[in-house]
Amino acid sequence: MDFLRPDSWADALAAKAEHPDGVPIAGGTDVMVELNFDRRRPSSLIDLTRVRDLSEWYEQDGLVRLGAGVTYARLITELGDQLPGLAMASRTVGSPQIRNRGTVGGNLGTASPAGDSHPALLAAGAEVEVESVRGSRRMPVTDFYLGVKRNALQPDELIRAIWIAPATGPQQFSKIGTRNAMVIAVCAFGLALHPGRKAVGTGIGSAAPTPRVAAEAGAFAGSALDEAGLWESRGELPPSLAREFGQRVRAAAAPIDDVRGSAAYRLHSLSVIARRCLVWAWNDYRKAA
Amino acid sequence: MQLHCKVNGEPREADGVWEGESLLYVLRERLGLPGSKNACEQGECGSCSVYLDGTLVCACLVAAGQAEGARIETVEGLADGDILHPVQQAYVAAGAVQCGFCTPGLIMATHDLLRRISAPTDVAIREALAGNLCRCTGYEKILDAVRMAAANARVGE
Repeated sequence: MDFLRPDSWADALAAKAEHPDGVPIAGGTDVMVELNFDRRRPSSLIDLTRVRDLSEWYEQDGLVRLGAGVTYARLITELGDQLPGLAMASRTVGSPQIRNRGTVGGNLGTASPAGDSHPALLAAGAEVEVESVRGSRRMPVTDFYLGVKRNALQPDELIRAIWIAPATGPQQFSKIGTRNAMVIAVCAFGLALHPGRKAVGTGIGSAAPTPRVAAEAGAFAGSALDEAGLWESRGELPPSLAREFGQRVRAAAAPIDDVRGSAAYRLHSLSVIARRCLVWAWNDYRKAA
Repeated sequence: MQLHCKVNGEPREADGVWEGESLLYVLRERLGLPGSKNACEQGECGSCSVYLDGTLVCACLVAAGQAEGARIETVEGLADGDILHPVQQAYVAAGAVQCGFCTPGLIMATHDLLRRISAPTDVAIREALAGNLCRCTGYEKILDAVRMAAANARVGE
């Protein structure tokens, strides 16, 4: 096995081009588990922790450009105001030790349907910037997830950054698990209110082969709130609307039975947390008036 | 491959390191530092917690090569000769050690908590220790030890 230590982004791309089956490693919280358990023997590891550019974030063109190597711990302390949904999701990742190492780029690289950051990225309408020596491209995060632990990366590509609009309204995240820490989600949900365009962003985690939006549920909630004039009046959220939203989120899911939970439990709990997220976010929206 | 890093203040070198092995393996099997425990090898239990360039991490999830040139502090580096670190003393005094396997990781996580928050609430203590499992389930005494270490440090200030 080769251990490659590029110290610049250009060198990292060159290394990936030369070793297309090489496995990139950042925080190691997924990759090292596979190595420790002999589940994977890649021909090479490409250590990205020396590429300083990857661990930086800044605002550009009205968006946050989050380097793929920014840890969850930093996201929580530095980006809670701009990206509240993603920061909330980050707080539920593993433990302090895991949050000190794990990165959103790694979550995307692993592309597990249960990755904690995905629902928040979906709800916020994030884009993923990937690059190879052939060039750079950006895609909506919805196009990035292809299947269980499969993503849209070509063999010579690396994830460089995630582009996310700073929140223009309240955001929420909820995750079901057997305890508050060290839990792989049984199911998860992310929600973002976009009052400027009277829209409700959604993201479902761990209840389908990939993370996915509940587009129809979001459109329903956005227009039902609009028809009732609630975006302007900031009036109380009708309980029937919240319940119906939960049911429609449930309808967008396609979970399986596995060791963490049954499909039936996932569907039920998803409808509950989706309803709660909408209620919490709407109450925040009312308070912000 | 060869690995160079600074462990508990001393420059160390390891030869013949396999590219896929963890920092934990290097510490225990190549550098003779078995204080960091090897239990789950998947970041679930926290028994291998060490500082990597000042940040608390699970050594089992750090690829050895990622530690090249790094500064590492392990549980062995806390005591001053025969004098235990105050956090270690509190664990002994509170009876927070049963089989002892989780203790080094908990000591490191407690050390990390108290250097950030000198008077942590119970909620903050639970949050900080959430990544460390004790299968003797002696958590009440462990919480006592953290409170005691925090209180002793405040008296000592």
